[in-house]
Amino acid sequence: MKKPLKRKTRNNLVGWSFLGIWAIGFLVFTMIPLFTSLYYSMSHVVLSGDGIQVDFVWFENYKQVFSTAEGFNFLRSVSDFAIELLFKVPIITVFSIIIAVMLNQNIKGKGFFRAIYFLPVIIASGPVISQLIYQGAATIPLVEEMGIIDFINQTFTESLARPIANIFSELIVILWFSGVQILLFIAALQKVDRYTYEAAMIDGAGPWESFWKITVPSLKSMTLISIVFTIINLATFSENAAIQHIKNNMFALETGFGFSSAIAWLYFIALALILGIFYLLFRGATRERRRYS
Amino acid sequence: MNQHFKQKIKHKLMGKNFNEGWIGRTAIYLLLIIIGFVYLYPIIKMFAYSIKDLEDLVNPTVQWIPTKIYLENYRTSFIVLNYWKTLLFSLAVTLIPATLQTITTSLAGYALAKFKMTGKFIIFVIIFITYLVPVQVYMIPRYVLFNQLGILDSAWAIIFPATFGQGLSSAIFILIFYQFFRMQPKSLDESAEIDGASPYQIFFRIGVPLAGPAYLTAFLFSFVWYWNETYISSLFIGSDLYTLQLKLLNFQSQFSMTSGLTQQAVNEAIKYSATILIILPVLIVYIIMQKWFVEGIDRTGITGE
Repeated sequence: MKKPLKRKTRNNLVGWSFLGIWAIGFLVFTMIPLFTSLYYSMSHVVLSGDGIQVDFVWFENYKQVFSTAEGFNFLRSVSDFAIELLFKVPIITVFSIIIAVMLNQNIKGKGFFRAIYFLPVIIASGPVISQLIYQGAATIPLVEEMGIIDFINQTFTESLARPIANIFSELIVILWFSGVQILLFIAALQKVDRYTYEAAMIDGAGPWESFWKITVPSLKSMTLISIVFTIINLATFSENAAIQHIKNNMFALETGFGFSSAIAWLYFIALALILGIFYLLFRGATRERRRYS
Repeated sequence: MNQHFKQKIKHKLMGKNFNEGWIGRTAIYLLLIIIGFVYLYPIIKMFAYSIKDLEDLVNPTVQWIPTKIYLENYRTSFIVLNYWKTLLFSLAVTLIPATLQTITTSLAGYALAKFKMTGKFIIFVIIFITYLVPVQVYMIPRYVLFNQLGILDSAWAIIFPATFGQGLSSAIFILIFYQFFRMQPKSLDESAEIDGASPYQIFFRIGVPLAGPAYLTAFLFSFVWYWNETYISSLFIGSDLYTLQLKLLNFQSQFSMTSGLTQQAVNEAIKYSATILIILPVLIVYIIMQKWFVEGIDRTGITGE
Protein backbone atom coordinates (compact mmCIF):
# COMPACT_ATOMS: atom_id res chain seq x y z
CA MET A 1 0.00 0.00 0.00
CA LYS A 2 1.26 3.47 -0.91
CA LYS A 3 2.10 5.56 2.08
CA PRO A 4 0.16 8.84 2.06
CA LEU A 5 2.23 11.97 1.92
CA LYS A 6 2.80 13.93 5.06
CA ARG A 7 0.34 16.77 5.52
CA LYS A 8 3.11 19.36 5.35
CA THR A 9 4.59 18.00 2.15
CA ARG A 10 1.18 17.75 0.58
CA ASN A 11 0.36 21.31 1.59
CA ASN A 12 3.55 22.47 -0.07
CA LEU A 13 3.01 20.48 -3.25
CA VAL A 14 -0.60 21.52 -3.73
CA GLY A 15 0.18 25.09 -2.73
CA TRP A 16 2.94 25.40 -5.28
CA SER A 17 0.76 23.88 -7.97
CA PHE A 18 -1.57 26.83 -7.45
CA LEU A 19 1.23 29.33 -7.15
CA GLY A 20 3.30 27.79 -9.97
CA ILE A 21 2.13 29.94 -12.88
CA TRP A 22 2.78 33.09 -10.94
CA ALA A 23 6.18 31.82 -9.74
CA ILE A 24 7.33 31.00 -13.28
CA GLY A 25 6.08 34.37 -14.45
CA PHE A 26 7.87 36.13 -11.63
CA LEU A 27 11.15 34.43 -12.54
CA VAL A 28 10.90 34.96 -16.30
CA PHE A 29 9.18 38.33 -16.56
CA THR A 30 10.28 40.11 -13.41
CA MET A 31 13.22 38.69 -11.48
CA ILE A 32 15.56 37.83 -14.34
CA PRO A 33 14.72 41.12 -16.12
CA LEU A 34 15.40 42.93 -12.85
CA PHE A 35 18.94 41.57 -12.63
CA THR A 36 19.50 41.94 -16.36
CA SER A 37 18.47 45.55 -16.03
CA LEU A 38 21.01 46.08 -13.26
CA TYR A 39 23.63 44.55 -15.55
CA TYR A 40 22.54 46.72 -18.48
CA SER A 41 22.74 49.79 -16.32
CA MET A 42 26.49 49.17 -16.05
CA SER A 43 26.98 48.33 -19.70
CA HIS A 44 26.98 49.73 -23.18
CA VAL A 45 24.09 47.99 -24.86
CA VAL A 46 23.76 48.00 -28.62
CA LEU A 47 20.74 46.43 -30.22
CA SER A 48 21.52 45.41 -33.79
CA GLY A 49 19.61 43.43 -36.38
CA ASP A 50 21.10 40.07 -35.46
CA GLY A 51 21.27 40.36 -31.71
CA ILE A 52 22.32 42.35 -28.76
CA GLN A 53 25.80 43.43 -27.83
CA VAL A 54 26.57 44.16 -24.19
CA ASP A 55 29.89 45.61 -22.97
CA PHE A 56 30.38 45.93 -19.26
CA VAL A 57 31.59 49.42 -18.32
CA TRP A 58 31.01 49.64 -14.55
CA PHE A 59 29.51 52.97 -13.48
CA GLU A 60 30.03 54.79 -16.77
CA ASN A 61 26.28 55.27 -17.34
CA TYR A 62 25.70 56.54 -13.84
CA LYS A 63 28.54 59.02 -14.22
CA GLN A 64 26.91 60.20 -17.42
CA VAL A 65 23.66 60.89 -15.60
CA PHE A 66 25.45 63.38 -13.39
CA SER A 67 27.59 64.94 -16.11
CA THR A 68 25.54 65.27 -19.30
CA ALA A 69 22.69 67.57 -20.26
CA GLU A 70 20.33 64.65 -20.77
CA GLY A 71 21.16 63.31 -17.35
CA PHE A 72 20.60 66.75 -15.88
CA ASN A 73 17.18 66.96 -17.51
CA PHE A 74 16.26 63.64 -15.98
CA LEU A 75 17.45 64.64 -12.53
CA ARG A 76 15.49 67.85 -12.75
CA SER A 77 12.31 65.98 -13.66
CA VAL A 78 12.83 63.69 -10.66
CA SER A 79 13.31 66.61 -8.28
CA ASP A 80 10.24 68.30 -9.79
CA PHE A 81 8.32 65.13 -9.16
CA ALA A 82 9.53 64.97 -5.57
CA ILE A 83 8.50 68.58 -4.91
CA GLU A 84 5.12 67.96 -6.52
CA LEU A 85 4.62 64.93 -4.30
CA LEU A 86 5.23 67.10 -1.28
CA PHE A 87 2.11 69.04 -2.23
CA LYS A 88 0.06 66.44 -4.05
CA VAL A 89 0.16 63.74 -1.38
CA PRO A 90 -1.25 65.96 1.39
CA ILE A 91 -3.81 67.50 -1.00
CA ILE A 92 -5.04 64.09 -2.14
CA THR A 93 -5.00 62.59 1.36
CA VAL A 94 -6.85 65.45 3.03
CA PHE A 95 -9.34 65.71 0.19
CA SER A 96 -10.11 61.97 0.32
CA ILE A 97 -10.58 62.07 4.08
CA ILE A 98 -12.95 65.03 3.88
CA ILE A 99 -15.04 63.43 1.15
CA ALA A 100 -15.00 60.06 2.92
CA VAL A 101 -16.16 61.60 6.20
CA MET A 102 -19.00 63.43 4.44
CA LEU A 103 -20.03 60.32 2.52
CA ASN A 104 -20.00 58.32 5.72
CA GLN A 105 -22.74 60.50 7.22
CA ASN A 106 -26.30 59.36 7.22
CA ILE A 107 -27.35 61.10 4.02
CA LYS A 108 -29.51 60.25 1.05
CA GLY A 109 -28.01 59.48 -2.33
CA LYS A 110 -24.83 58.08 -0.86
CA GLY A 111 -24.38 55.64 -3.69
CA PHE A 112 -24.84 58.36 -6.27
CA PHE A 113 -22.21 60.62 -4.70
CA ARG A 114 -19.80 57.76 -4.29
CA ALA A 115 -20.22 56.88 -7.94
CA ILE A 116 -19.45 60.45 -8.94
CA TYR A 117 -16.35 60.73 -6.81
CA PHE A 118 -15.03 57.45 -8.13
CA LEU A 119 -15.77 58.21 -11.78
CA PRO A 120 -12.39 59.79 -12.63
CA VAL A 121 -10.55 56.58 -11.76
CA ILE A 122 -12.37 54.95 -14.65
CA ILE A 123 -11.38 57.49 -17.27
CA ALA A 124 -8.09 58.92 -16.04
CA SER A 125 -5.65 57.61 -18.60
CA GLY A 126 -2.48 59.44 -19.60
CA PRO A 127 -3.71 60.72 -22.97
CA VAL A 128 -7.12 61.79 -21.61
CA ILE A 129 -5.55 63.71 -18.74
CA SER A 130 -2.95 65.35 -20.91
CA GLN A 131 -5.69 66.42 -23.33
CA LEU A 132 -7.60 68.00 -20.47
CA ILE A 133 -4.54 69.76 -19.10
CA TYR A 134 -3.47 70.91 -22.54
CA GLN A 135 -6.91 72.33 -23.32
CA GLY A 136 -7.06 74.06 -19.96
CA ALA A 137 -10.01 72.04 -18.71
CA ALA A 138 -8.09 70.67 -15.76
CA THR A 139 -8.41 73.70 -13.54
CA ILE A 140 -11.07 76.06 -12.28
CA PRO A 141 -11.17 79.24 -14.40
CA LEU A 142 -10.98 81.16 -11.14
CA VAL A 143 -7.33 80.17 -10.68
CA GLU A 144 -6.26 82.04 -13.77
CA GLU A 145 -8.59 84.99 -13.29
CA MET A 146 -7.20 85.63 -9.85
CA GLY A 147 -3.66 85.56 -11.19
CA ILE A 148 -2.52 82.88 -8.79
CA ILE A 149 0.02 81.46 -11.21
CA ASP A 150 1.59 84.85 -11.89
CA PHE A 151 1.79 85.39 -8.19
CA ILE A 152 3.58 82.08 -7.69
CA ASN A 153 6.05 82.80 -10.46
CA GLN A 154 6.94 86.11 -8.85
CA THR A 155 7.19 84.86 -5.29
CA PHE A 156 9.22 81.68 -5.55
CA THR A 157 12.51 80.82 -7.18
CA GLU A 158 12.27 79.28 -10.61
CA SER A 159 12.91 75.69 -9.53
CA LEU A 160 10.21 75.85 -6.88
CA ALA A 161 7.71 77.95 -8.82
CA ARG A 162 7.47 75.53 -11.74
CA PRO A 163 6.16 72.55 -9.76
CA ILE A 164 3.85 74.71 -7.64
CA ALA A 165 2.39 76.45 -10.67
CA ASN A 166 1.83 73.02 -12.20
CA ILE A 167 -0.21 72.01 -9.21
CA PHE A 168 -2.54 74.95 -9.59
CA SER A 169 -2.98 74.50 -13.30
CA GLU A 170 -3.91 70.84 -12.78
CA LEU A 171 -5.79 71.18 -9.53
CA ILE A 172 -8.93 69.27 -10.46
CA VAL A 173 -7.04 66.51 -12.16
CA ILE A 174 -4.91 66.07 -9.04
CA LEU A 175 -8.08 65.57 -7.06
CA TRP A 176 -9.04 63.00 -9.65
CA PHE A 177 -6.36 60.75 -8.25
CA SER A 178 -8.34 60.43 -5.00
CA GLY A 179 -11.01 57.97 -6.16
CA VAL A 180 -9.56 54.78 -4.72
CA GLN A 181 -8.35 56.51 -1.57
CA ILE A 182 -11.85 57.83 -0.81
CA LEU A 183 -13.16 54.28 -0.91
CA LEU A 184 -10.33 53.08 1.34
CA PHE A 185 -11.14 55.76 3.91
CA ILE A 186 -14.86 55.03 3.77
CA ALA A 187 -14.11 51.38 4.46
CA ALA A 188 -11.95 52.38 7.43
CA LEU A 189 -14.61 54.73 8.78
CA GLN A 190 -17.25 52.04 8.65
CA LYS A 191 -15.16 49.91 10.95
CA VAL A 192 -15.32 52.50 13.72
CA ASP A 193 -17.88 51.43 16.30
CA ARG A 194 -20.91 53.74 16.39
CA TYR A 195 -21.04 53.38 20.16
CA THR A 196 -17.67 55.06 20.49
CA TYR A 197 -19.24 58.24 19.16
CA GLU A 198 -22.27 57.84 21.38
CA ALA A 199 -20.13 57.34 24.47
CA ALA A 200 -18.10 60.41 23.58
CA MET A 201 -21.28 62.40 23.10
CA ILE A 202 -22.58 61.42 26.51
CA ASP A 203 -19.28 62.49 27.97
CA GLY A 204 -19.93 65.89 26.47
CA ALA A 205 -17.82 65.78 23.32
CA GLY A 206 -19.15 67.85 20.42
CA PRO A 207 -18.84 66.83 16.79
CA TRP A 208 -15.60 68.78 16.51
CA GLU A 209 -13.91 66.89 19.35
CA SER A 210 -15.27 63.54 18.15
CA PHE A 211 -13.82 64.17 14.72
CA TRP A 212 -10.32 64.88 16.00
CA LYS A 213 -10.29 62.41 18.88
CA ILE A 214 -12.09 59.44 17.31
CA THR A 215 -12.32 59.76 13.54
CA VAL A 216 -8.82 60.98 12.75
CA PRO A 217 -6.95 58.49 14.96
CA SER A 218 -8.98 55.61 13.54
CA LEU A 219 -7.85 56.59 10.04
CA LYS A 220 -4.14 56.63 10.70
CA SER A 221 -3.18 53.16 9.54
CA MET A 222 -5.31 53.57 6.43
CA THR A 223 -3.59 56.89 5.78
CA LEU A 224 -0.29 55.07 5.37
CA ILE A 225 -1.79 52.59 2.90
CA SER A 226 -3.45 55.43 1.03
CA ILE A 227 -0.22 57.44 0.86
CA VAL A 228 1.76 54.50 -0.50
CA PHE A 229 -0.93 53.92 -3.10
CA THR A 230 -0.94 57.61 -4.04
CA ILE A 231 2.82 57.79 -4.47
CA ILE A 232 3.06 54.61 -6.54
CA ASN A 233 0.09 55.66 -8.61
CA LEU A 234 1.60 59.07 -9.39
CA ALA A 235 5.08 57.65 -9.91
CA THR A 236 3.98 55.21 -12.58
CA PHE A 237 1.46 57.49 -14.25
CA SER A 238 2.32 57.47 -17.93
CA GLU A 239 2.54 61.25 -18.34
CA ASN A 240 5.07 61.56 -15.52
CA ALA A 241 8.03 63.43 -17.01
CA ALA A 242 10.64 61.35 -15.21
CA ILE A 243 9.48 58.04 -16.63
CA GLN A 244 9.08 59.60 -20.05
CA HIS A 245 12.82 60.25 -19.96
CA ILE A 246 13.49 56.57 -19.39
CA LYS A 247 11.52 55.55 -22.46
CA ASN A 248 12.80 58.34 -24.69
CA ASN A 249 16.42 57.55 -23.93
CA MET A 250 16.02 53.90 -24.89
CA PHE A 251 16.04 54.75 -28.57
CA ALA A 252 18.11 57.92 -28.46
CA LEU A 253 21.37 57.63 -30.38
CA GLU A 254 23.80 58.90 -27.74
CA THR A 255 22.25 57.12 -24.78
CA GLY A 256 20.50 53.80 -25.43
CA PHE A 257 19.46 50.91 -23.23
CA GLY A 258 22.37 51.14 -20.81
CA PHE A 259 21.80 54.75 -19.91
CA SER A 260 18.02 54.21 -19.72
CA SER A 261 18.48 51.30 -17.35
CA ALA A 262 20.74 53.42 -15.19
CA ILE A 263 18.22 56.25 -14.86
CA ALA A 264 15.45 53.72 -14.27
CA TRP A 265 17.39 52.38 -11.30
CA LEU A 266 18.09 55.87 -10.02
CA TYR A 267 14.38 56.60 -10.32
CA PHE A 268 13.58 53.50 -8.32
CA ILE A 269 16.07 54.50 -5.62
CA ALA A 270 14.57 57.99 -5.42
CA LEU A 271 11.10 56.49 -5.17
CA ALA A 272 12.19 54.09 -2.45
CA LEU A 273 13.67 57.00 -0.49
CA ILE A 274 10.47 59.02 -0.79
CA LEU A 275 8.37 56.05 0.27
CA GLY A 276 10.74 55.40 3.16
CA ILE A 277 10.42 58.96 4.43
CA PHE A 278 6.61 58.89 4.30
CA TYR A 279 6.61 55.46 5.90
CA LEU A 280 8.74 56.60 8.82
CA LEU A 281 6.60 59.70 9.34
CA PHE A 282 3.36 57.76 9.49
CA ARG A 283 4.58 54.64 11.18
CA GLY A 284 5.59 56.86 14.06
CA ALA A 285 2.10 58.30 14.16
CA THR A 286 0.45 54.88 14.39
CA ARG A 287 2.81 53.74 17.12
CA GLU A 288 2.12 56.71 19.29
CA ARG A 289 -1.57 56.03 19.20
CA ARG A 290 -1.05 52.47 20.32
CA ARG A 291 1.02 53.58 23.25
CA TYR A 292 -1.61 55.94 24.62
CA SER A 293 -4.70 53.87 24.01
CA MET B 1 -43.73 75.85 27.03
CA ASN B 2 -41.75 78.48 25.23
CA GLN B 3 -38.53 76.97 26.49
CA HIS B 4 -39.60 73.59 25.23
CA PHE B 5 -40.46 74.98 21.81
CA LYS B 6 -37.08 76.62 21.49
CA GLN B 7 -35.38 73.42 22.40
CA LYS B 8 -37.37 71.58 19.75
CA ILE B 9 -36.43 74.03 17.03
CA LYS B 10 -32.84 73.92 18.07
CA HIS B 11 -32.88 70.15 17.79
CA LYS B 12 -34.50 70.27 14.39
CA LEU B 13 -31.96 72.73 13.09
CA MET B 14 -28.77 71.67 14.76
CA GLY B 15 -29.59 68.12 15.75
CA LYS B 16 -28.12 66.28 18.66
CA ASN B 17 -25.21 65.62 16.43
CA PHE B 18 -23.89 67.93 13.77
CA ASN B 19 -25.00 65.71 10.92
CA GLU B 20 -28.52 65.17 12.20
CA GLY B 21 -29.76 68.74 12.15
CA TRP B 22 -31.03 70.57 9.10
CA ILE B 23 -28.16 73.01 9.01
CA GLY B 24 -25.51 70.33 9.18
CA ARG B 25 -27.22 68.20 6.58
CA THR B 26 -27.81 71.04 4.17
CA ALA B 27 -24.19 72.04 4.55
CA ILE B 28 -23.03 68.52 3.74
CA TYR B 29 -25.32 68.21 0.71
CA LEU B 30 -24.25 71.62 -0.55
CA LEU B 31 -20.59 70.83 -0.13
CA LEU B 32 -20.92 67.45 -1.80
CA ILE B 33 -22.78 68.94 -4.74
CA ILE B 34 -20.44 71.90 -5.19
CA ILE B 35 -17.27 69.85 -4.86
CA GLY B 36 -18.82 67.20 -7.08
CA PHE B 37 -19.51 69.81 -9.70
CA VAL B 38 -15.95 71.15 -9.60
CA TYR B 39 -14.74 67.57 -9.67
CA LEU B 40 -16.70 66.79 -12.81
CA TYR B 41 -16.04 70.18 -14.37
CA PRO B 42 -13.48 68.84 -16.89
CA ILE B 43 -15.91 66.17 -18.08
CA ILE B 44 -18.81 68.58 -18.37
CA LYS B 45 -16.68 71.07 -20.25
CA MET B 46 -15.49 68.30 -22.53
CA PHE B 47 -19.05 67.29 -23.42
CA ALA B 48 -20.15 70.86 -23.95
CA TYR B 49 -17.23 71.69 -26.21
CA SER B 50 -17.37 68.49 -28.20
CA ILE B 51 -20.69 69.49 -29.77
CA LYS B 52 -19.66 73.05 -30.65
CA ASP B 53 -19.11 74.05 -34.22
CA LEU B 54 -16.42 76.49 -35.25
CA GLU B 55 -18.70 79.47 -34.84
CA ASP B 56 -19.56 78.58 -31.26
CA LEU B 57 -15.95 77.84 -30.45
CA VAL B 58 -14.72 81.32 -31.33
CA ASN B 59 -17.78 83.07 -29.97
CA PRO B 60 -16.91 84.26 -26.44
CA THR B 61 -20.57 84.57 -25.43
CA VAL B 62 -21.15 80.86 -25.94
CA GLN B 63 -19.70 79.18 -22.89
CA TRP B 64 -21.56 76.14 -21.65
CA ILE B 65 -24.52 75.63 -23.89
CA PRO B 66 -23.76 75.55 -27.62
CA THR B 67 -26.28 77.21 -29.91
CA LYS B 68 -26.84 73.93 -31.72
CA ILE B 69 -25.77 70.34 -31.46
CA TYR B 70 -23.02 69.81 -33.97
CA LEU B 71 -22.03 66.20 -34.45
CA GLU B 72 -19.56 66.67 -37.27
CA ASN B 73 -16.71 66.64 -34.72
CA TYR B 74 -17.63 63.13 -33.75
CA ARG B 75 -17.74 62.00 -37.33
CA THR B 76 -14.27 63.41 -37.92
CA SER B 77 -12.91 61.74 -34.80
CA PHE B 78 -14.55 58.49 -35.79
CA ILE B 79 -12.64 58.49 -39.04
CA VAL B 80 -9.35 59.68 -37.56
CA LEU B 81 -9.43 57.07 -34.83
CA ASN B 82 -10.60 54.39 -37.28
CA TYR B 83 -12.94 53.71 -34.43
CA TRP B 84 -14.41 50.24 -34.85
CA LYS B 85 -11.18 48.56 -35.88
CA THR B 86 -9.16 50.28 -33.17
CA LEU B 87 -11.85 49.55 -30.60
CA LEU B 88 -11.71 45.87 -31.46
CA PHE B 89 -7.95 45.78 -31.02
CA SER B 90 -8.17 47.81 -27.80
CA LEU B 91 -10.70 45.36 -26.42
CA ALA B 92 -8.45 42.45 -27.38
CA VAL B 93 -5.46 43.85 -25.48
CA THR B 94 -7.72 44.77 -22.58
CA LEU B 95 -10.17 41.92 -22.07
CA ILE B 96 -7.75 39.06 -22.71
CA PRO B 97 -5.01 40.22 -20.31
CA ALA B 98 -7.61 41.24 -17.72
CA THR B 99 -9.24 37.80 -17.80
CA LEU B 100 -5.99 35.87 -17.69
CA GLN B 101 -4.50 38.07 -15.02
CA THR B 102 -7.61 37.61 -12.87
CA ILE B 103 -7.36 33.83 -13.18
CA THR B 104 -3.66 33.60 -12.38
CA THR B 105 -3.74 36.03 -9.48
CA SER B 106 -6.74 34.19 -8.02
CA LEU B 107 -4.76 30.95 -8.10
CA ALA B 108 -1.85 32.63 -6.35
CA GLY B 109 -4.13 34.26 -3.80
CA TYR B 110 -5.80 30.92 -3.12
CA ALA B 111 -2.46 29.19 -2.59
CA LEU B 112 -1.39 31.80 -0.05
CA ALA B 113 -4.71 31.81 1.76
CA LYS B 114 -5.32 28.10 2.09
CA PHE B 115 -2.05 26.20 2.29
CA LYS B 116 0.59 26.30 4.96
CA MET B 117 3.57 26.54 2.66
CA THR B 118 7.16 26.95 3.69
CA GLY B 119 8.54 30.35 2.81
CA LYS B 120 5.13 31.97 2.58
CA PHE B 121 6.40 35.11 4.26
CA ILE B 122 9.12 35.52 1.65
CA ILE B 123 6.53 35.18 -1.10
CA PHE B 124 4.51 37.97 0.48
CA VAL B 125 7.58 40.15 0.66
CA ILE B 126 8.31 39.43 -3.01
CA ILE B 127 4.74 40.28 -4.00
CA PHE B 128 4.95 43.53 -2.09
CA ILE B 129 8.25 44.36 -3.77
CA THR B 130 6.79 43.71 -7.23
CA TYR B 131 4.18 46.30 -6.33
CA LEU B 132 6.75 48.87 -5.28
CA VAL B 133 9.29 48.43 -8.08
CA PRO B 134 8.12 50.51 -11.03
CA VAL B 135 7.85 48.58 -14.26
CA GLN B 136 10.33 51.01 -15.83
CA VAL B 137 13.14 49.23 -14.03
CA TYR B 138 12.66 45.90 -15.76
CA MET B 139 10.86 46.83 -18.94
CA ILE B 140 14.04 47.14 -21.01
CA PRO B 141 15.11 43.50 -20.51
CA ARG B 142 11.49 42.54 -21.13
CA TYR B 143 11.66 44.49 -24.35
CA VAL B 144 14.82 42.64 -25.35
CA LEU B 145 13.24 39.31 -24.38
CA PHE B 146 10.08 39.96 -26.40
CA ASN B 147 12.21 41.09 -29.29
CA GLN B 148 14.08 37.78 -29.23
CA LEU B 149 10.83 35.84 -28.93
CA GLY B 150 9.48 37.81 -31.88
CA ILE B 151 6.34 38.90 -30.07
CA LEU B 152 7.14 42.59 -30.00
CA ASP B 153 4.50 44.71 -31.73
CA SER B 154 1.84 42.09 -31.20
CA ALA B 155 -0.84 41.66 -28.58
CA TRP B 156 1.19 38.81 -27.08
CA ALA B 157 3.64 41.27 -25.55
CA ILE B 158 0.80 42.46 -23.32
CA ILE B 159 -0.92 39.11 -22.86
CA PHE B 160 2.12 37.06 -21.80
CA PRO B 161 3.06 38.92 -18.62
CA ALA B 162 -0.60 39.12 -17.64
CA THR B 163 -1.03 35.37 -18.07
CA PHE B 164 1.80 34.76 -15.66
CA GLY B 165 0.55 37.20 -13.08
CA GLN B 166 3.13 39.87 -13.90
CA GLY B 167 0.76 42.32 -15.51
CA LEU B 168 -0.56 45.66 -14.34
CA SER B 169 -0.93 45.83 -10.56
CA SER B 170 -0.95 42.03 -10.30
CA ALA B 171 0.24 42.32 -6.71
CA ILE B 172 -2.92 44.18 -5.69
CA PHE B 173 -5.10 41.49 -7.21
CA ILE B 174 -3.20 38.70 -5.46
CA LEU B 175 -3.78 40.49 -2.16
CA ILE B 176 -7.48 40.98 -2.93
CA PHE B 177 -7.89 37.27 -3.60
CA TYR B 178 -5.77 36.36 -0.61
CA GLN B 179 -7.97 38.42 1.70
CA PHE B 180 -11.13 37.09 0.18
CA PHE B 181 -10.22 33.40 0.21
CA ARG B 182 -8.94 33.73 3.74
CA MET B 183 -12.35 34.92 4.91
CA GLN B 184 -14.08 31.83 3.58
CA PRO B 185 -14.94 29.45 6.42
CA LYS B 186 -12.38 26.69 6.78
CA SER B 187 -15.02 24.19 7.90
CA LEU B 188 -16.44 24.05 4.37
CA ASP B 189 -13.11 22.94 2.93
CA GLU B 190 -12.60 20.47 5.72
CA SER B 191 -15.97 18.80 5.33
CA ALA B 192 -15.41 18.56 1.57
CA GLU B 193 -12.02 17.01 2.23
CA ILE B 194 -13.53 14.40 4.54
CA ASP B 195 -16.02 13.57 1.79
CA GLY B 196 -13.04 12.79 -0.40
CA ALA B 197 -12.72 15.91 -2.54
CA SER B 198 -9.28 16.71 -3.91
CA PRO B 199 -7.83 20.18 -3.28
CA TYR B 200 -8.58 21.10 -6.89
CA GLN B 201 -12.17 19.97 -6.58
CA ILE B 202 -12.47 22.05 -3.45
CA PHE B 203 -11.07 25.04 -5.30
CA PHE B 204 -13.44 24.74 -8.24
CA ARG B 205 -16.55 23.64 -6.35
CA ILE B 206 -16.25 25.76 -3.20
CA GLY B 207 -13.52 28.37 -3.54
CA VAL B 208 -14.41 29.84 -6.93
CA PRO B 209 -18.22 29.88 -6.62
CA LEU B 210 -18.02 31.65 -3.28
CA ALA B 211 -15.51 34.17 -4.56
CA GLY B 212 -17.72 35.65 -7.27
CA PRO B 213 -17.54 39.22 -5.98
CA ALA B 214 -13.76 39.10 -5.74
CA TYR B 215 -13.47 37.80 -9.30
CA LEU B 216 -15.79 40.44 -10.65
CA THR B 217 -14.06 43.28 -8.81
CA ALA B 218 -10.59 42.13 -9.81
CA PHE B 219 -11.65 41.71 -13.41
CA LEU B 220 -13.30 45.12 -13.60
CA PHE B 221 -10.33 46.94 -12.11
CA SER B 222 -7.95 44.99 -14.29
CA PHE B 223 -10.07 45.85 -17.33
CA VAL B 224 -10.10 49.55 -16.55
CA TRP B 225 -6.39 49.73 -15.76
CA TYR B 226 -5.46 47.90 -18.95
CA TRP B 227 -7.76 50.12 -20.92
CA ASN B 228 -6.11 53.24 -19.55
CA GLU B 229 -2.53 51.99 -19.79
CA THR B 230 -0.37 53.63 -22.44
CA TYR B 231 3.21 53.67 -21.23
CA ILE B 232 3.96 49.98 -21.67
CA SER B 233 1.66 49.44 -24.62
CA SER B 234 3.22 52.29 -26.56
CA LEU B 235 6.60 50.64 -26.05
CA PHE B 236 5.59 47.05 -26.72
CA ILE B 237 2.90 47.37 -29.38
CA GLY B 238 2.89 51.03 -30.32
CA SER B 239 5.06 51.15 -33.40
CA ASP B 240 2.48 49.83 -35.83
CA LEU B 241 -0.55 48.75 -33.89
CA TYR B 242 -2.71 51.26 -32.10
CA THR B 243 -5.11 51.12 -29.20
CA LEU B 244 -7.64 53.91 -28.87
CA GLN B 245 -5.58 55.54 -26.13
CA LEU B 246 -2.45 55.48 -28.28
CA LYS B 247 -4.38 57.05 -31.16
CA LEU B 248 -5.43 59.84 -28.83
CA LEU B 249 -1.82 60.28 -27.75
CA ASN B 250 -0.83 60.92 -31.35
CA PHE B 251 -4.07 62.55 -32.39
CA GLN B 252 -2.50 65.52 -34.17
CA SER B 253 -0.40 63.44 -36.51
CA GLN B 254 -3.15 60.86 -36.97
CA PHE B 255 -5.46 63.66 -37.97
CA SER B 256 -3.24 65.07 -40.69
CA MET B 257 -2.56 61.55 -41.95
CA THR B 258 -6.20 60.62 -42.42
CA SER B 259 -7.72 63.92 -43.44
CA GLY B 260 -4.94 65.37 -45.54
CA LEU B 261 -5.37 68.65 -43.70
CA THR B 262 -2.64 70.28 -41.68
CA GLN B 263 -2.28 69.53 -38.01
CA GLN B 264 -3.39 73.07 -37.22
CA ALA B 265 -6.88 72.26 -38.52
CA VAL B 266 -7.57 70.17 -35.43
CA ASN B 267 -9.62 72.29 -33.11
CA GLU B 268 -10.34 71.59 -29.49
CA ALA B 269 -13.88 70.48 -30.24
CA ILE B 270 -12.59 67.65 -32.41
CA LYS B 271 -10.08 66.66 -29.77
CA TYR B 272 -12.69 66.66 -27.05
CA SER B 273 -15.00 64.53 -29.14
CA ALA B 274 -12.18 62.05 -29.70
CA THR B 275 -11.50 61.97 -25.96
CA ILE B 276 -15.14 61.25 -25.28
CA LEU B 277 -15.20 58.46 -27.84
CA ILE B 278 -12.25 56.92 -26.03
CA ILE B 279 -13.69 57.08 -22.54
CA LEU B 280 -17.11 55.96 -23.76
CA PRO B 281 -16.58 52.17 -23.56
CA VAL B 282 -15.31 52.27 -19.96
CA LEU B 283 -17.96 54.82 -19.08
CA ILE B 284 -20.69 52.44 -20.26
CA VAL B 285 -19.16 49.59 -18.29
CA TYR B 286 -18.98 51.86 -15.25
CA ILE B 287 -22.60 52.98 -15.50
CA ILE B 288 -23.77 49.37 -15.64
CA MET B 289 -21.35 47.90 -13.09
CA GLN B 290 -20.93 50.99 -10.92
CA LYS B 291 -21.94 49.19 -7.74
CA TRP B 292 -19.23 46.59 -8.19
CA PHE B 293 -16.50 49.14 -8.58
CA VAL B 294 -17.51 51.25 -5.63
CA GLU B 295 -18.44 48.52 -3.20
CA GLY B 296 -15.93 46.03 -4.48
CA ILE B 297 -13.01 47.38 -2.47
CA ASP B 298 -14.99 47.02 0.71
CA ARG B 299 -16.54 43.69 -0.16
CA THR B 300 -13.31 41.95 -1.04
CA GLY B 301 -11.94 42.74 2.37
CA ILE B 302 -8.75 44.28 1.00
CA THR B 303 -9.12 46.91 3.67
CA GLY B 304 -9.18 44.38 6.50
CA GLU B 305 -6.18 44.02 8.72
